[in-house]
Amino acid sequence: MNISQAFKLAGKSIIGSKMRSFLTMLGMIIGVASVIILVGLVQGVTDYVLSTFADLGTNIITVSVTNTDTRYVDVDEIYEFTEENSTIFQGVTPTVSSRYTVKNGSTSLTDKTVTGVGEDYLTLNSLDLSSGRFIEYADIKNRYNGCVIGTYIEDELFVGNASLGNTIKINGQIYTIIGIQEEQADSEESSKDDCIYIPYSNATRLAGSSDISSYTFAMKDPDYVVQGEDVLDKYLYGIMKNEDLYTITSMTELLDTVNNMTNILSSVLSGIAGISLLVAGIGIMNIMLVSVVERTKEIGIRKALGAKRRDIMSQFVIEAAAISTIGGIIGIIIGIVTTNILGNAFNVNAAPTISAIMLSFGVSAAIGIGFGYMPANKAAKLNPIDALRND
Amino acid sequence: MIGGSLAMNERKIEETNIPLIDLIDIYKIYKTGNIEVRANDGINLQIFHGEFVAIVGKSGSGKSTIMNIIGALDVPTEGRYILKGQDVSKMKDDELAEVRNKTIGFIFQQYNLLTKQNLLENVELPLLYAGVGKKERKRLAMDALERVGIGEKSKNFPNQLSGGQQQRGSIARALVGNPSLILADEPTGALDSKTSREVLDFLQELNAEGNTIILITHDRTIAEEAKRVVKIHDGKIVFDGPVEDYRKQVK
Repeated sequence: MNISQAFKLAGKSIIGSKMRSFLTMLGMIIGVASVIILVGLVQGVTDYVLSTFADLGTNIITVSVTNTDTRYVDVDEIYEFTEENSTIFQGVTPTVSSRYTVKNGSTSLTDKTVTGVGEDYLTLNSLDLSSGRFIEYADIKNRYNGCVIGTYIEDELFVGNASLGNTIKINGQIYTIIGIQEEQADSEESSKDDCIYIPYSNATRLAGSSDISSYTFAMKDPDYVVQGEDVLDKYLYGIMKNEDLYTITSMTELLDTVNNMTNILSSVLSGIAGISLLVAGIGIMNIMLVSVVERTKEIGIRKALGAKRRDIMSQFVIEAAAISTIGGIIGIIIGIVTTNILGNAFNVNAAPTISAIMLSFGVSAAIGIGFGYMPANKAAKLNPIDALRND
Repeated sequence: MIGGSLAMNERKIEETNIPLIDLIDIYKIYKTGNIEVRANDGINLQIFHGEFVAIVGKSGSGKSTIMNIIGALDVPTEGRYILKGQDVSKMKDDELAEVRNKTIGFIFQQYNLLTKQNLLENVELPLLYAGVGKKERKRLAMDALERVGIGEKSKNFPNQLSGGQQQRGSIARALVGNPSLILADEPTGALDSKTSREVLDFLQELNAEGNTIILITHDRTIAEEAKRVVKIHDGKIVFDGPVEDYRKQVK
C-alpha cells in the first residue's frame, strides 16, 4: 500500500466522523494559535519597549573622569581620539553640569541644572530647536555668554514667551538666549524641557575649575556600544593607568536586562501555550486509541486479506498526523489573524513571527506522528484472529 | 474467462503430485494457568490441488483452530505446516500476511466487508496490499464482481446489499487475487436456505473450474456438498474420506 492510498484512507476516516475529528483538531487549533498569538504579542511589546529605550539614547556612552594633577584627559585629545575612531563614534561632546540660580529680572529659579556642552550636543542627542541656533564652535572658543533654554525654563522665566536676544542671569552672569529647544515632555519640571545649555568653556569657568569631568559619546549604531566601550576603556586606561579614576556607562546593560526579561516572558508564555499543544496531542492519542478499538474488526479484516504491520501502522499514523496538521494549519491562520487584530487593539506592532509559525506547525505535526504512533502500533500488532472475532 | 480457467486447470493438475497443504503432526495448545487445552491434538492432513474438502466438527472440536492454521492466520504450537511448498509454521506476522495475501482467499460467515468502503473498493483490498496498480486493481475487481454476478452493485456499500449479495461480494474478494486455496468458514451460516443453495452451487462451480476449496462447517448436510470430508473431534481427525463414505458412516 502506498502513501497516497494511506492519505486517502485517512481523509475518508476524518470526513467519516466530522464532529469527532473537529473536536480532536480543536485542541491543536487552540494550542497552535495561542503559541503564535502570545509570541507575536510579546514580540510586539518587546519592540515597543526597546524603541522607547532607544529614544532615550541607546547609542550613547557616558564617560566621567576624575582628573588628577599628573594624569588628566584633555578636551582636544578626546576630540582627536573620537576623530580617529570615526568608524565607531558619530561624535562626542563634553558635558559639564552644575546647579545654579537662574534669574530673569526678579523672577528666579533656584538649583537649576546648567549643562556646558560642545557644538555637537544637539545632533548627538537627536534634539531640535524651535527657534534660534545652537551653541557653535566660535562660542566655545570665545567663551560667549549665550545659552539655549528648554520650554520649562521659558515658561517659568518668561511666562512661555521668550524671544531670542532676551537675557537671563546664571549665577549672576548675564547670558543671551540664542536658541530655544523644541518642547519634548509637556514642559514639566525635571523633564527634558527643564534644561539650560551653555558653551562648556563657560561652564568650567562657572564651576571654578578648568576640568571637564564628563563626556558623552554617540555611536554610529546602537550595536557599536560594546565595541565603543572597549575602545574607550583601553584609551582611558592608557592615560589614567587606574580603573578607579574613570567610569564608562551606557544603556546596554539596561537594554540587556529588558531583553532578558522579555525573552523570559516570551518563553514562559509560549511554554504555557506549548502545554496546550501537549494536551492536544494527548487528545489525539486518546481519540486514536478509541478509534483503534472501534475498528478492531476492520483491522482484522485488513490483516486477514494481507495487510502487513506497516500498512496498518501507516494508516493510523497518517490519520493522526493529518488530524493534527490540519488542526495546526487552521491554528496558524487563526493565530495570524488574531495577532494582527489584538496588535491593532493594543496599539502594539504585533506580528506573528515566522519562527513561531514554523515551530508550532512542526510541533503539531510531530505530536500527531508521535502520539499517533502508540495507538497505530497497537493496531498493527493486533492478532487477526482476535480482531476478526471482535464484533 | 473460460480460456483463462482452462489454463489454470492445466497448471493446477500438473501440481497434483505434491500436496497443496501438508499438515504434519499439528498441535495447538493453549495454557491458562495450569490447565492445558489441546485445541489441535496431533493433526495430519494432506490436501491436493483441485480438491473440495469439508472440515466438519462441533463447536469446540478444534475445527476453527485448524482453519486458522490452514488460513495462515495462526501458527501451530508444534508440528509443521507446508503450504505450496513453503513452511508456514514458523513464519512471522508479516510473512503470514504475505502468504494470506498471495495464496488464500477467505470467505467468512459474517462476510466481513468493510462497511465504509463500497463493494468495488472492498474487492480491491487484497490487490491493494499486494501492490497492484490502481487501474489493474479496478479492472480485476470489476471482473471478479461480474463473475459472481453483482457487477452492477460495484458502487454500493455493504449495508445497501442483501446478505446473499454481500456473501457474493466476499466471494469476489476471495477470488480476485487468483489464490491457490479458497477457505470458506461457515459461508452459509448467516444466509437463508435459498441463498445458501446459490452460494454452495457457486462453490461447486469454482471447484469444477479447478479451484481448491476448503469448507469449514458444523453442519454435516453442508459438509456433504464437498467431495471429501474431514471430521474433527476433540482436536483429532476422526474421519477422513470421500463424501460417499461419510454419508454411510453418518447413517
